[in-house]
This record gives sequence, structure tokens and C-alpha cells, in this order.
Amino acid sequence: MVDQAEQLDSEQLLYMYRKMVTIREFEEAAGRLAEQARIPGAVHLYAGEEAVAVGVCAALDPTDAITSTHRGHGHCIAKGGDVKLMFAELLGKATGYNHGKGGSMHIADVDIGILGANGIVGGGPPIAIGAAFAAKYQKNGGVAVCFSGDGSTNEGTWHEAMNMAALMKLPAIFIVENNHWGEYTRQEAQGAIPQLSLRAASYGMPGITVDGQDVVAVNAAAREAIDRARRGEGPSLIECDTYRFYNHTGMSEGDARPREEREHWRARDPLTILRGVLEQRAILSGTGADRVVDDVRKEIEEAVRFAEASPEPDPADLLTDVYTV
Amino acid sequence: MTTTAPTGTRELSYLRAINEAIMLEMERDSSVFVAGIDLAARGDVFGTTAGILPKFGPERIIDTPISENAIAGLAIGAASRGLRPVVSLMFMDFIGVCFDQIMNQMAKMKYMFGGKVTLPLTVLVNAGAGSSMAAQHSQSLEALLCHIPGLKVVMPSSADDAKGLMTAAMRDNNPVFVVLHKRCARLTTLVPEGEYIVPLGKARVVREGRDATVIATAYMVHEAMRAAERLAERGIEIEVVDPRTLSPLDTDTLVASVQKTHRVLTVHEAVEFGGFGGEITAQIAAKAFDYLDAPPMRLGAPFSPVPYSPVLEREWLINADKIHDAVVSLVEG
Ligand SMILES: Cc1ncc(C[n+]2csc(CCOP(=O)(O)OP(=O)(O)O)c2C)c(N)n1
Repeated sequence: MVDQAEQLDSEQLLYMYRKMVTIREFEEAAGRLAEQARIPGAVHLYAGEEAVAVGVCAALDPTDAITSTHRGHGHCIAKGGDVKLMFAELLGKATGYNHGKGGSMHIADVDIGILGANGIVGGGPPIAIGAAFAAKYQKNGGVAVCFSGDGSTNEGTWHEAMNMAALMKLPAIFIVENNHWGEYTRQEAQGAIPQLSLRAASYGMPGITVDGQDVVAVNAAAREAIDRARRGEGPSLIECDTYRFYNHTGMSEGDARPREEREHWRARDPLTILRGVLEQRAILSGTGADRVVDDVRKEIEEAVRFAEASPEPDPADLLTDVYTV
Repeated sequence: MTTTAPTGTRELSYLRAINEAIMLEMERDSSVFVAGIDLAARGDVFGTTAGILPKFGPERIIDTPISENAIAGLAIGAASRGLRPVVSLMFMDFIGVCFDQIMNQMAKMKYMFGGKVTLPLTVLVNAGAGSSMAAQHSQSLEALLCHIPGLKVVMPSSADDAKGLMTAAMRDNNPVFVVLHKRCARLTTLVPEGEYIVPLGKARVVREGRDATVIATAYMVHEAMRAAERLAERGIEIEVVDPRTLSPLDTDTLVASVQKTHRVLTVHEAVEFGGFGGEITAQIAAKAFDYLDAPPMRLGAPFSPVPYSPVLEREWLINADKIHDAVVSLVEG
């Protein structure tokens, strides 16, 4: 672990820390706004899983593609999404990423390769291999990353995409965020194989399980898989062992998960773990890290203010963008 | 003012009514089982199956993986071997995930096999917009299902009908989709205790009137009733008819109403273009053309996916005001 951290310079580690703090603060704010009904619909918070999105996306180029899930805010921020446009979308405003037409479950920024959060569990994997196919076809050296929850690996689409990606040696990386629950049901009650990386073997691609709370470990595994994909050697699967800090949706809805389990994982906060690395390597002191948090909080507050001050969509735009004209 | 419920009935919500119908059928028939995502321990994210697990145990109500194809196929295969499955696909939008099992397997097996198989299964889905759940969690896709021979499709609007139609669906020997509307979930009516059946294929005249017939489905029945009050103030009395079952359709009741009122408006939440209102309109045009004093009108959502923003979603949704205005132009020209 220390070895892996040493492969990263202080700038990279600080970049990842700031991104993770941004996701955490974004989710805390989004959760509060949802509780106050200032965000309508459903928000699925990513808090607790920050190291996965950041560890992977820090290894990508802006031109690489990702597909995301219903729990997509973290992926969007990690890939370079603008928190102002994200909050504006959550509030359904005209200035939002999707002009208020998508909301939390559909935030997309195609210009930086984010092919959207997705309301359909298992909706992303086939799209990810299409993006990987395009990169191969266009010979641009790009890759596509497919983020999936553990629950989504029980959808046929996930298996079809894995098989086709391996067969066609596509530059695709399948990230399975095993947070051990799908809605209100345990992962072990949804599949007979608890270690989901084992599934890679049946498609003929490498698969590993990493500590999803350790951004350095995630990043090292992602870099290896991405390099392999760029070399034309085909797809890989990385299972990240992780946990969501809040319930399936929102912040305070009744949680089916045992308290001890939640406390166990709270004690493995990915932000605290990275902070430990930064302090140990004397890259950032405790007060330095606090300053990052303060800084990010200001950025988040400003983004919320921007969203709240933004105009509502014009009802006359209801029928625009159904088709390309 | 206190009113007492007639003997043998009590106030119950639409959701509780579905729940009660399932439980009564499970008691009555040991071949009934229930399966779907988060149905057992959680009692369904919508609440339709609360309390079933403690009463009937994990053999009869099963939490499945997130695998809609396998859930639909589980129902088909089990039904072909003599069980009477009830499966839930949660949001109606998710029929898209398993449409082969629905369209090419479930709907066609009996006919393709020369009648040699019977599929007594019920599929629950939850439809409808109105809470900013956006394009993939808000659709009303009943017209897709109605276009497929071999499926039956019911769409209750009230708690009593929910119980009666759910029971009828579970007793039917064919695949029946019970399309629940999210905005109806908490509405209550008096619901009969014990066995209660509303036969499939029978419409309900919800309100009698003389000036126009409004044929509305699911939550639109309630919007139509609100419109009816305001129209009455203007001196227009509409008859509100709820088909309740869309396939098979009770054309006779719809035609009889139009023969009486001479004007018809169909209303559904689904997009108007290609919507089920078109089928109803065609049936009426063919069977009651000579009775019509005005061209039949249709009202459905604009031709776009369901938007997220409350402002846009409000614009998208059909409501009592839009029904009111449509009826005024239908009647007053
Ligand atoms: C096709 C489909 N089926 C069911 C759902 C309802 N649903 C939303 S999230 C979810 C659980 C997903 O679990 P997982 O993939 O592990 O992701 P997590 O929520 O744990 O991040 C379910 C069942 C859905 N959105 N789409």
C-alpha cells in the first residue's frame, strides 16, 4: 500500500483528496436540500464511496468516456463535472447540465466523456462497450469505464456487455462498486458468488478485488487496467469493496442495514484514510487538510447559491431536444 | 358529520386494497406465490406487499436479484407448470428491461403452442409521473402492452376497483398486467371485506352526465372528476367513464355512454400520439358515428419523455384545468 502511494506524487494525492472532499461536501449539501424538499425526486448519495470514483477517474484522460449509475454524483465530479451545473440540475433549473430535463439520475456532460447517470440498473454496461468500440474504431487510444453497483451485476445487460467486450478486446474497464447492498437487500442475498471479481474469469478477462476505501489502491488497479486497455489487450474488471454512508435514497429514510455494520464502515472513511497517507508523507498537515475542506465548502455554497438564483426552465422548451433538428 | 361504512366495508387505501387482495388469494390458493425486488423483507418500495413475509414465509414471497428478465421468466415457467405467480416489475418503465419475456414469450406461448399451455400469472407495475422522477421512472406505457395479443391489461383508479381487479387478475388463467398508478396509491374508498371481484373487461360509469362522455384512466379519472365539478358550475354535466380494463376493452359501455351524450373526450396521462385514447376513439367512431355531434377529442401528454423539473413536468401533465378546457371546446365548440 505504501509502495503504491509512493508511485503518486504529492500533486496527484492532493488532487484526489480535493476531489473526494468535493464529492463528500456535495453529497452532504444535496442530501440536506433533498430533506428540505428543495431538490425534488430521488437522490442517491455517494458519500462513503468517494475513493472508487476518484481513484478510477484520476487515471483517465478528459477524452475517455464513462457510464454511471443512479448513484452518479461522485462519478460526475470525479470525471471533472462542474458542481454549479450539477446543483442547478438537481434543482431543475434551466442552467443545469440537462436544462432541468434530467435531474439527479441523468446528469451528463458528454463533452468531458460522461455518458450520463442512469435510472435503469444495468443500463450503462452496453453503452460503455459502445463507447469503447468507438475508441478502438477511431484508434484514438481512448478507453471507456463502466461504473456498476453490485446489484446491477445481476442484470443480463452486464453479462452481455462483459462477454462482448472480452470477445472484441475492447478498451473497457468494468468497475463494480460492491457496497454490499442493493436497495434494501444484501448482496449475499442477490447472488451466490460473494466475490464479484470472480465473474471476470467466465468471460476471459482479468478480475481483481481491491479495497474501495483506499483511493491509492483503487487508483493503482485502475491504472493497470487502463494501461492494458490502451495497449489493445482488452477489458478488465475491478471490484471495489466499499459502502454507502447513507441509505439507498436520501439521508434519513429508515435504514435496513445493521448499526454495527454502518459503524464499522464509518470507521473506514476513505477521506480519513487518504488524510492519513497525506500526513504520513508530510504532504498536508491536519490544518492543511481542514483548509481544503473549508475551501471546498465555500465552493459548494457558491454552487448552491448559483443554482438557487438560476431561472426555471421555460415551459415553451418542453418539446425541444426530443429529436435533433 | 360522521358516516358509518356499510356493513362489510371499510375505508382502505388503493395500496392496502392490492395488498389485501394478494393476501386473500394466497390464503385461498397455495399455488400462489409472489416474487420481485425488495418485495419480501421490505414489503415492496411502494408498499404493496407489506406484511406478506411474516404471514406466509419465504417460500411464498421471494426477494429476487435485480434481474427483470429472470423475474418475468420465473413467472412464465412457474405458471406453465401449474403455479399462479404474482411478480412485480416495480416501475412500469422497467418492462423495457424484460420486454422479450413479456412480448415474445409470455404473450405468445399459449397461441404458438396450439393452446397447450396456460399461464395464470399476474404482473404488477407502477406507472405515472408527478414527482420529478424523470424520464425513466414516470412513464405510462399501457398502450405498448395493449398492442400485444395474449396479454390482459387492467388499470384501476380507485381502492375498491384495485382490490376487485387484482383478485380477478389473480384468478384469471392468462397473463394479466395490473398497472397501478403512483398518485392513486394513497387514495381511499370504501372497500368490501373478504372476497371481492371486479370482473375483467367491465367499464365503470363513475359519474353520470348528459352533455359529454369523458373516458379517463387511472389517475386521470380523479382529474376528470375535479373538472366535472367546475364544469357543472358552468352548466355542463359530463359523464365520466373508467374502462378499468383496457384489454379486453368494454366497448359496449363506452359506446352506450356516447350514444347518450353525443360527445366524447378520452383522457390519459400517457403521451397522446399513439396512445390508447386513439383506440377508444376509433372504436367509438366505428360503432357510434351517427350519434356524434362533434368530432371525438383526445387528451394525452405532449410528445416528449417525462421531464424532471417540476415546472416542465407540470406543463407535461394533463390535469383538471386542461380537461375542463377541452370539454368546454367540445361542448360549446
Ligand atoms: C432495471 C431496474 N430495476 C430496478 C431498479 C430499482 N433500483 C434502483 S437502485 C436499485 C439497487 C441497485 O443496487 P446496486 O446496483 O448495488 O447499486 P447501489 O444502489 O448499491 O449503488 C434498484 C433495485 C432500477 N432502477 N432499474
